[in-house]
Amino acid sequence: MQAVINIKGLTKTYAGGFDALKNVSLSINKSEIFALLGPNGAGKTTLINIVCGITRLTQGEVLVDGHDIVSDFRLTRAKIGLVPQEMPTESFETVWNTCRFSRGLFGKGASPEHLEKVLKSLSLWDRKDTKSMELSGGMKRRVLIAKALAHEPEILFLDEPTAGVDVELRQDMWNVVKSLRKEGVTVILTTHYIEEAEQLADRVGVINNGEIILVEDKKKLMREMGKKQLMLNLYEELDDVPVQLSNYDLELSRNRRRLVYTYDTKGEHTGITDLINDLRRSGIRFNDLQTTQSSLEDIFVDLVKKT
Amino acid sequence: MNFHAVKAIYRYEMARMFRTVVQSIVAPVLSTSLYFVIFGSAIGSRITEIDGVSYGSFIVPGLIMLSIMTESISNSSFAIYFPKFTGTIFEVLSAPVSYGEVLLGYVGAAATKSVIIGTIILGTASFFVDLEIAHPVIMVAFLLLTCVSFCLFGFLLGIWADGWEKLTIVPILVIMPLTFLGGTFYSISMLPPVWQTISLFNPVVYLISGFRWSFYENADVSVFLSLGMAVAFLIACLAIVRWVFKTGYKLRT
Repeated sequence: MQAVINIKGLTKTYAGGFDALKNVSLSINKSEIFALLGPNGAGKTTLINIVCGITRLTQGEVLVDGHDIVSDFRLTRAKIGLVPQEMPTESFETVWNTCRFSRGLFGKGASPEHLEKVLKSLSLWDRKDTKSMELSGGMKRRVLIAKALAHEPEILFLDEPTAGVDVELRQDMWNVVKSLRKEGVTVILTTHYIEEAEQLADRVGVINNGEIILVEDKKKLMREMGKKQLMLNLYEELDDVPVQLSNYDLELSRNRRRLVYTYDTKGEHTGITDLINDLRRSGIRFNDLQTTQSSLEDIFVDLVKKT
Repeated sequence: MNFHAVKAIYRYEMARMFRTVVQSIVAPVLSTSLYFVIFGSAIGSRITEIDGVSYGSFIVPGLIMLSIMTESISNSSFAIYFPKFTGTIFEVLSAPVSYGEVLLGYVGAAATKSVIIGTIILGTASFFVDLEIAHPVIMVAFLLLTCVSFCLFGFLLGIWADGWEKLTIVPILVIMPLTFLGGTFYSISMLPPVWQTISLFNPVVYLISGFRWSFYENADVSVFLSLGMAVAFLIACLAIVRWVFKTGYKLRT
């Protein structure tokens, strides 16, 4: 995979002495959707702002498509689009004018066709002559995405793009992100909605206290770090997990009517057949069963707790 | 050079002026016209000529300077402060633009507005008093130098300010007194010797004096000194702006 962003030993210490990023190294591949997850204050926005040129780095190197973000800032910034976490909009400007401004600012000549395409893809076309101040929060968020796409960036940073938007809009945005990936755009996404990363991301990075603690293919991560559980609804209440079943990773629910068996999906044997046989031998009957798999959110919470 | 970016910023700022045409153009023209009516016609008719120029005509260059100085500062400081205040500045900071291009866009637009205002006031003044411009090229040079310098100063003010109060305090408490005491309504030769000496520490005196010279060939100080001071002020502002962009002062953390 060709890396489109290469971050080496990146450190950011703010004027007050706070270390926002500590020796961060990270590669983002071309045309992938990379989800950067982390709790508040982990360093996600600082990292994005440095790559985009808003914040200065203290130490380290950031290359965008092989170009240094400091010495070749014109080349690197022209390739990047940013949708910030907050919703700053030019309140008195129309949607069309603010998008046209963004395109020009990033060095591109007028292209009404491209702006029309972007606005239509974000369901903003019929609001193109509306002032930003007259739009709802969700619509403003769409305008910010449209502005970021106005100059046809090769790399798009989405800093919590769906914070505070309704479910329908979130789905729309996910579709936009997916179609951008198809067009070859690299998308770096930070989000508090882990479900969003689960839905969209090819790879996941977890950052905490200014350090990257994990970068992994999403599917591999969920397979390797995810747990699977088998839940058995019992006919009769149990006082405790019977001694003869102590070899299994079993838990009895509070109402004593459900046994929860946690097993390893990577193992050669899940132990489910043996467990069911042993339950029968022990005279424990059940009337229903179901399995669940831990979400990316569970994995994320576990990882952050450990650091 | 990112020509498209300069054009985008310039056009955006000019559009803002036309959107707020009453505030941007009508208000300064109206207030300056009132000065003409009050000081030029009502009170001025009772004042004798100054250096062979009627009082109404004498105050025209000073009033134009007063207007373009305050408008230049107001326009350019607001132009950069408002995006900082709303957070939209992130877009300019993340764009592939050099500080020179940012300046060209913002300061260029603000200076254009000031030149437009100055020209309109000059036109308005011609309805009230007889006007002659002895050295039109020097007049335009002073007009442009003052507009650009004070727009740069306003730009710095907008970057420095972290609240609306700071944004207005410098024009009201510093610029306005300096302008009024800089010879807008009088020749500093009319002051007692001590105040004449003190006035020479006021940079606005040189700008107004030089500008007035281009009209009537009457000046409180040498026109070359005035020109030198105007250029020095421009260079000082440019040097500070360069430092601001180099260090990221109040723009980049």
